[in-house]
Amino acid sequence: MSVTLLDFARGPAMQWALIIFVFGMVWRLVGVWGLRHKADHSQPRVTQGVWKRGLRAVFVRVLPYPEFAPKVQGQYWISYVFHLGFFIVLLFFVPHILFFEDILGFGWPGLPNNVIFFVGGITVAALMVALIKRILNPVTRMMSNFDDYFAWFVTIAPVVTGLLVNANLIPNYELMLAIHILSFQLLLIYLPFGKLMHGFWLMVSRWTTAVRFARRGGLS
Amino acid sequence: MKKADTLGDELRRQGISRRTFLKFCAAMATSMALPASMAPVMADALAATRRQSVIWLSFQECTGCTESILRSYAPSIESLIFDFISLDYHHTLQAAAGRAAEDARDQAMQENWGKYLVIVDGSIPLKDGGIYSTIDGHTNLETLETVAAGAAALISVGTCAAYGGLPMARPNPTGAVGVDEIIKDKPVINLPGCPPIPEVMTGTIASFLTFGRLPEMDRLGRPVAFFGDTIHDRCYRRPLYERGKFARGFDDEGARKGWCLYALGCKGPITYNACATIKWNQGQSFPIQSGHGCLGCSEPRFWDKDSFYKPLSATHWGNAAGLAAAAAAGAAVGAGVAVLSRRHQDTIAKGE
Repeated sequence: MSVTLLDFARGPAMQWALIIFVFGMVWRLVGVWGLRHKADHSQPRVTQGVWKRGLRAVFVRVLPYPEFAPKVQGQYWISYVFHLGFFIVLLFFVPHILFFEDILGFGWPGLPNNVIFFVGGITVAALMVALIKRILNPVTRMMSNFDDYFAWFVTIAPVVTGLLVNANLIPNYELMLAIHILSFQLLLIYLPFGKLMHGFWLMVSRWTTAVRFARRGGLS
Repeated sequence: MKKADTLGDELRRQGISRRTFLKFCAAMATSMALPASMAPVMADALAATRRQSVIWLSFQECTGCTESILRSYAPSIESLIFDFISLDYHHTLQAAAGRAAEDARDQAMQENWGKYLVIVDGSIPLKDGGIYSTIDGHTNLETLETVAAGAAALISVGTCAAYGGLPMARPNPTGAVGVDEIIKDKPVINLPGCPPIPEVMTGTIASFLTFGRLPEMDRLGRPVAFFGDTIHDRCYRRPLYERGKFARGFDDEGARKGWCLYALGCKGPITYNACATIKWNQGQSFPIQSGHGCLGCSEPRFWDKDSFYKPLSATHWGNAAGLAAAAAAGAAVGAGVAVLSRRHQDTIAKGE
């Protein structure tokens, strides 16, 4: 009797996905942090406490710059909804917690499935709106490349397949579960090599930009 | 004991009323998801049916399947199915032994060639010429092929006969396989389980006697009527799964309150069987009701798939050493890339 797709997803596929994820993450982090900083030959305007400017930027940029708020706040809120929704579903669905507990050795309290189901639905809706806005706006459409769309796909795929598993809409439950796990593995594998790395660079780049600007007497 | 020609005669002889018989047929029809109107049709068909010759072959098995079928609501009406069918050969149940037993089988085959039903429990060893299990000097493979040649259909009872079962567990020392890996030219139905539910076995036999053919099967050759839903879908603890109420130990508060056993490794979500509906011991209980997760015993390779106590969502992710090696390799590549980049910057700065 051959190995099923679910056995493959829970076994070798998971092992390789995690290995590629860890390998890729460390490669990118070390590779970028190992780059030489751009030389700044100007006279420093601020010499002490530039780190405070960096820290400030990390928190102040949580909200859009007031001048631009009317134009971009919709995008901000949609992004917050699908980011938070994604992490609530990922981290507070009890079967997911059991997955992490198996790797980390500790777990945490979860949420009822119906709450997860509801949040998952909102997450998918927000991701759809984000995609539509990207396509409808000529500027973002022109700026977008394969990476943007593929990052969107590998983000929405685990949520959609997870909802399908939970809803039991596909008669073959274990096949859908396998597809769900494989879709998550696709996200893991792609994450270090595309724009999804923003999850790790976001705070770092806010800090770095603010510190560089502060040196020149500006605010980021 | 003199046997009546048809089940109707036999039932009357044993004092079973038609009303009782109809109730049995209604229960059988319901369990197989047939409409209630099929009950009298089933009763008439069964009552008029002549005794069906059945040859039961036991190969690499533990006799658990026979133990199970013997508990088919005995001594109620299900047991009469066995008065009705002519069980011409069964190691454990037949009175004859040795040559007399083998002769009984040969005689049954000759008299009912092309019509008899073969029930198999146990897997068939193929390695080293199949020497690991022999009966009367014949390997199980030889016996199966010989007997199956004249069969109307075959029923594989238990996970061993259906998919190889425990004898096939790694490293499968005897090269064990299930019946449908060998018999390709006859209808074969699988009734997996370790053991199968008694009513699943009797219900499938009753279905064959009624309709003269095997019932509708799923992709793994199991009757859809009994294996159409997962344990999880029919589990009375399912609402607790939905509410996120999980037992985390076999003696914790959740276990005492009867919460969902998913976190304790229950394989109900990927196991197709009728345990949660038909249950065991006359509908008394089933494993989850008695506080233990489903082992998934009616699924192929259930023994090798996983720990019985590992949650379904926990994976075989490897180990920390493997991930540390991946991190070290990543660091080396990252550092190499950074060095190359700096050299490149230097080259540009020099204007070369």
